[in-house]
Amino acid sequence: MKRIMNPRIDEKAYTKKPFLIERRDFLKYLGGGIVILFAPLGGCHSKIAATSLPLNALPDDFNSFLHISEEGLVTCYTGKIEMGQGPIIALAQMMADELDVAFENVKMVMGDTELCPWDDGTWGSTSIREFGPEMRKAAGKAREILLQMASEKLKVPVSQLQVTNGIVTDMKDNSRSISYATLTKGKKIQKSSIGKPKVKDAKDFKVIGKPHHRVDAIQKVTGAAKYAGDYKFPGMLFARIVRPSSYGAKFISADTSEAEKIEGIRVVRDKDLVALLHENRDKVDEAIVKVKAEFLPVKLDVNDKSVTEHYLRSAKKGNITNTKGDIEEGRKIAAKITESVYYDGYVAHSPMEPHAAVATIEGDKITVWASAQTPFLVRDQVSHELGISPDMVRVIIPFVGGGFGGKGDNPQAIIAARLTKLTGKPIMVTWTREEEFFFDTLRSAALHTVKSGISKEGKITFWDFNAYYCGDRGAETIYDVNHQKTTIYDQEEGDPQVHPFATGPWRAPGNSNNTFAREMQICQMAAAAGMDQIEFRLKNLADERMIKVLKAAAEKFGYTPAKGPSHRGFGIALGTDVDTYVAVIIELRVDAKTGHVQVVRASCAQDMGMCVNPLGTLMQIEGCITMGLGYSLSEELKFEGTNMLTRNWDSYEIPKFSWVPDIDAVILDRMDQPPHGGGEPAVICMGGAIASGIFDATGALLYQMPMTPERVLQAIKKTSAQ
Amino acid sequence: MQETISFHLNGNETVLKTDPSQTLLWVLRNHLNLTGTKYGCGSGFCGACTVIIDKEAVRSCSIPISDVAGKNVITIEGLAKDGKLHPVQQAFVDHDALQCGYCTPGMIMNAVALLIKNPKPAREQIVKGMEDNFCRCGAHIRIIKAIETAASKIEGGTIL
Repeated sequence: MKRIMNPRIDEKAYTKKPFLIERRDFLKYLGGGIVILFAPLGGCHSKIAATSLPLNALPDDFNSFLHISEEGLVTCYTGKIEMGQGPIIALAQMMADELDVAFENVKMVMGDTELCPWDDGTWGSTSIREFGPEMRKAAGKAREILLQMASEKLKVPVSQLQVTNGIVTDMKDNSRSISYATLTKGKKIQKSSIGKPKVKDAKDFKVIGKPHHRVDAIQKVTGAAKYAGDYKFPGMLFARIVRPSSYGAKFISADTSEAEKIEGIRVVRDKDLVALLHENRDKVDEAIVKVKAEFLPVKLDVNDKSVTEHYLRSAKKGNITNTKGDIEEGRKIAAKITESVYYDGYVAHSPMEPHAAVATIEGDKITVWASAQTPFLVRDQVSHELGISPDMVRVIIPFVGGGFGGKGDNPQAIIAARLTKLTGKPIMVTWTREEEFFFDTLRSAALHTVKSGISKEGKITFWDFNAYYCGDRGAETIYDVNHQKTTIYDQEEGDPQVHPFATGPWRAPGNSNNTFAREMQICQMAAAAGMDQIEFRLKNLADERMIKVLKAAAEKFGYTPAKGPSHRGFGIALGTDVDTYVAVIIELRVDAKTGHVQVVRASCAQDMGMCVNPLGTLMQIEGCITMGLGYSLSEELKFEGTNMLTRNWDSYEIPKFSWVPDIDAVILDRMDQPPHGGGEPAVICMGGAIASGIFDATGALLYQMPMTPERVLQAIKKTSAQ
Repeated sequence: MQETISFHLNGNETVLKTDPSQTLLWVLRNHLNLTGTKYGCGSGFCGACTVIIDKEAVRSCSIPISDVAGKNVITIEGLAKDGKLHPVQQAFVDHDALQCGYCTPGMIMNAVALLIKNPKPAREQIVKGMEDNFCRCGAHIRIIKAIETAASKIEGGTIL
């Protein structure tokens, strides 16, 4: 594998002085060459339609564009950002392949609202799944144009041309060739990808599907990679905000007199915002604890132990998302019925990099460097908050130190912008770890009631699945059941506040909860049927893709069937996430004295459609399996009413080196299919796999995540008592 | 209150006139522009701010700058020599032992300190030595492999 040394993120573009580019001025900024405009979001989007183009200009609409410079270098401008999942690599691979240029000659410019056209945000595996295919079409269009130009220059038909590393050659006479750089020199061409540009067939891929190393590794191992908190400007002040002691509490007053005794401290008050500023971070940290603030707390009678009853009390009528047959009919023909309730607590994103933003003001123009998954939302939020035009706000997202869905809302960026406007100084707002836990948009706690039955032959006769407050992603059963119903109970607009805290998407939102409940129910039914858990699944699956994935995982794992509990500690879970099919089989050990669970090895099989970067995919599978150990075994936020008790990693244990199993994976060859994404799927399986592994090891049934040593011991005791 | 504090930083004699109660972390980041050392938790739990002081891994968020007077401090920026990556850095690159990269400098500094103490660690010793450096992306397996590779390539006594 070739190691690419040059960074993909254009640091020079980021450090340029803030400037304003109108959409129609893109070409001026870029200079000569070829520009292809494309619209991964499809059609006209209100956000971008707002900026009008001159009458003679191209299209109606676009979200991104690629540029082939007069030097033959290819740059893709996209609002997507890089937070570890590696679109910076895979997107460049797709571009290089489609254009037949060297990977090194492709550059991604990401997450800059002034250079990159509008984008809704980086989440849900959309970078590769939605953006990727449209980018390929744009590249296909560029290739068409370049080949046409080459055909005219070389005076041979397009069908007689081939391209390697950006050099177009006459297939009948190898001595006759011309480079993209020569073709684009002095040209100013702009086109859109509208129409149906030809893209390569899978059999012709040269770069897509080949493993590619990370392109940002050198920057990241030398400390040169810049994150939002690493920027510094003359006169910059660090801000700390006076925070309420509980969530949603209303500001009454803040006495800052003691804090102000520290030399150099400035206090800014604006409506309910009270901020301390200092040129040294330690000094502002020292000052903030001296502020005596008063807030009126919001009362909510719920804590981490009573949250599920609170849910049942709060839940409105459920929304039936899927129904087939008649549950009562299925119940009548059942030989055995399993009824279970599954519980799950609130979980934090807990990225290593806390939320950070630095804002500067120059004239009336605000520039914000932020740790965020949503550059354009930051721009709109800042513009709204300050009452200025979005054109007067530039947002730049450098490397992000982990997001996992937790960096979609951007309060730190808004406050930095407010403070820079109020003071005229560059302002840095980086959350402390305590603030990160407190203001995180948490993964919601969840509750499931599941009723199901099996026939004497081990066929599922009915499936009644009710999910509370975790959404419908992955809720519909993957099994072939004639009588089935899925009901989702969730917060609807206008409902009273159910959660004491802000909640939001967490890697594969809701799917980990839904998959845990479903797969643990399956584990119980397999045992009730006296069957091996894979054989039981195969008997009840009809979806060929799912069957293939399960068999591939079993083969990779070296699985042999046995009725559970087999005392081998083999756990299994499967599911789908945005049309990627995934199965994970693990081997674990349970310490019957302490209740400690150690996952020893894990095998994952994934049908994700086209896999652009198998190495990147493997890293995501490893990451998902490792991260999944946390919500399954240890991660749980403790709270009392609106007061968050968990405020740092001493009371919130994320996976550590000694927890991590050996991991292997098989990615099914589906290169002829569209890509479905790989940044999230495997994480959904870990709860179900571990719960069924504990059952297989000990016969104990776990209904609640995280499966802490105490809960495991309790379940083992209950089993022995029976 | 300002004090003059001098110490060796990445091979250079460094003299600072500064408030001695500030943490090494923020002095490095804010005064010396060495932003490779990261803030993670501010309480010494996560290891993102790890630097090496007199051959020991130290969490720079938890010590005042006055404590490093006269000492030898190495940060992530001081590892590569003559444009060549340190073997641990190179091994992290070769194994793709990172995703978001935010924990990476702290991981590497901790690993280098580990190898100074034990140049040929067994896998379990690596796990134990790295246990309290946190990574949220799940690069752990690759980090262990990278440290094994680096250990196999470093000749005795040349770790720093």
